[in-house]
Amino acid sequence: MYPFNLMNAPLLLSGVEVGTHFYWDFAGISVHGQVFIVMWFVIVLILVASLLGTSKLERIPKGWQNFMQATLEVTKDIAKNQLGESFYRPWVPFVSTLFLFIFGCNWAGALVPWKLIELPEGELAVPTNDINTTVALSLLVSVFYFYGGLRKKGLGYFGRYIQPTPILLPINILEDFTKPLSLSFRLFGNVLADELTVTVLTILVPLFIPLPIMGLGVFASSVQALIFSTLAAAYIAEAVE
Amino acid sequence: MDSIISAASVVAAGLSIGLAAIGPGIGQGQAAAGALEGIARQPEAENQIRGTLLLSLAFMEALTIYGLVVALSLLFANPFTS
Repeated sequence: MYPFNLMNAPLLLSGVEVGTHFYWDFAGISVHGQVFIVMWFVIVLILVASLLGTSKLERIPKGWQNFMQATLEVTKDIAKNQLGESFYRPWVPFVSTLFLFIFGCNWAGALVPWKLIELPEGELAVPTNDINTTVALSLLVSVFYFYGGLRKKGLGYFGRYIQPTPILLPINILEDFTKPLSLSFRLFGNVLADELTVTVLTILVPLFIPLPIMGLGVFASSVQALIFSTLAAAYIAEAVE
Repeated sequence: MDSIISAASVVAAGLSIGLAAIGPGIGQGQAAAGALEGIARQPEAENQIRGTLLLSLAFMEALTIYGLVVALSLLFANPFTS
């Protein structure tokens, strides 16, 4: 399968593992187990943080409550900047969840030393470097902007396909397909590119040289989470306005 | 695996990422130049300009990333090799 035997050589410290997965069988469907493990870890992390933040509410926030409130301010601003002051509120949970989940996934993959845990096949890594995860997330965004548009305008929502002129109908329909495509490929490509750059540099020079690239990767993956949620909010805003 | 297919795949992968980097490179340069000009003219708007600049840079970067996705699928998941 791999054209580069160099990259599969066993003597290397870290291999490039694209396309090997730790398969689980659920009722005849095989799923990528390594993605699920890290994803559940992130979900538990976010759940614990929000439970700690909301368990003892006080008038003057401190500790976890303070931290979670500051986080909510950031994610609320993402929705507010795109959707506008008057109807951003119902969409805050969705956009915040997207942001926190992708951010948590990207940073969990970058900061936790998953290599210490051995799997029979494949390796634990960022869940978003699997195209299935990003496609699922972006299809979720598609479903939600359709839902938002239909709830706001009813069937009149489909009138936007022939605006400004009916000649643009094919392009407007095509847009509904390119939106999830570009969303998913952007996230997937960026995360995978970060991982591959670090891996290839580690193969060439194992010490110190990959460190700045890892720092750049941590920064870039947080920007990707911001972009994904901003774009989701922008698409929803386009549908409901 | 057929050696001509693997040779063609490697060349195509290199070309796809290289060619995909040209346009976004120019675009990112222009965007950064515009942002610098804006900051020099109006230093108090720096934070807002930086946010918008980062966002738009990431959009342009996505175009190169599409090239990278094509290159990666040619290298690791080539549909033409059995």
